[in-house]
Amino acid sequence: MGMLHTVNKSPYSCNTLQSCLSHASEGDVVLLIEDGVYAALKGGAAAEMLSSAQGVRICALSADVKARGLDGRLIDGVEVVDYGGFVDLVEQTDKTQAWL
Amino acid sequence: MSDVKKFLYVNRKPPHGTIYALESLEVVLIGAAFEQDVALAFLDDGVFQLVKGWNTEELGSKNFQPAYTALGDYDIQKVYVEKESLEERGLSEDDLLEMTYEDEDDDWAEKSSIRIVSREEMAQIMRDSDVILSF
Amino acid sequence: MSAGFYEVNGKQVPHDEEGYITNLSDWSKELAEVIAKQEGIDMTEEHWDVVNFLREYYDEYQIAPAIRVLVKAIKKKFGPEKGNNKYLYELFPYGPAKQACKIAGLPKPTGCV
Repeated sequence: MGMLHTVNKSPYSCNTLQSCLSHASEGDVVLLIEDGVYAALKGGAAAEMLSSAQGVRICALSADVKARGLDGRLIDGVEVVDYGGFVDLVEQTDKTQAWL
Repeated sequence: MSDVKKFLYVNRKPPHGTIYALESLEVVLIGAAFEQDVALAFLDDGVFQLVKGWNTEELGSKNFQPAYTALGDYDIQKVYVEKESLEERGLSEDDLLEMTYEDEDDDWAEKSSIRIVSREEMAQIMRDSDVILSF
Repeated sequence: MSAGFYEVNGKQVPHDEEGYITNLSDWSKELAEVIAKQEGIDMTEEHWDVVNFLREYYDEYQIAPAIRVLVKAIKKKFGPEKGNNKYLYELFPYGPAKQACKIAGLPKPTGCV
């Protein structure tokens, strides 16, 4: 059923996302939370990293997206999920790895 | 007054993940009472602090973004934002909050405090400051 | 003062050890009168001008203004005869920012120790 990866750091100050993506396998889900959501900002250098990730589902946590003024400004292909959606992802996957 | 020093507050962290941004803002507000020559610098992820349109309702934390727009009342007239940091993040000046001050020397005309500067200019601004507080 | 409650219309409104209310949404005009009384202040129209102004300022900027900023802003809105330290201290003898903020149901102003 794949693994859920959470990333909570900005891709512009840490290589957390980069490391996560290079360890994620097909069928995995990467959920961007806290400052991790900045990776999905349209036009940003880090967004390319996400769009080139093959076979990995990319999600971003709604509360964190809105708090940062990024609502409606994310690249296509990123699913915005609320806290309930976060719980669903945990349920749907075998295990969770929190990339810190 | 000869004892006025040039203070520069350097902001490099995004607004919500850590306490740095809020702490910096508080120190700036408190420090304003000392009537020094204060400037703010936003670079690296610090530029995210000024991206407008925060809605923290779902996050359940206080939205402290409006406080940035009060800084003009505290005589803060120089807010330097690094151009390269904006561009790397797909941002431009249009994405930023409006920050203004009233110019005493120009019949209290309302002017923008935000000045977009290059990385090279930012380095010079740092060299020209007497005291740098980094967040 | 220690942390406790203000009594307003038979309802208890919690405050901290300095008398600032804990939940900003608990504020009402009646509560303001109660806090003022405890501070030894009889609320007049002039007091209300300052208190209302502080509430509007907080609503817009989410901070309570420093005294210097308050004086400047009051001067702009109500004119120089009200926008000065002397006038504001006559209204709120224990510090306009501190005391008026307490009555207005705002947090203690940043930088006010």
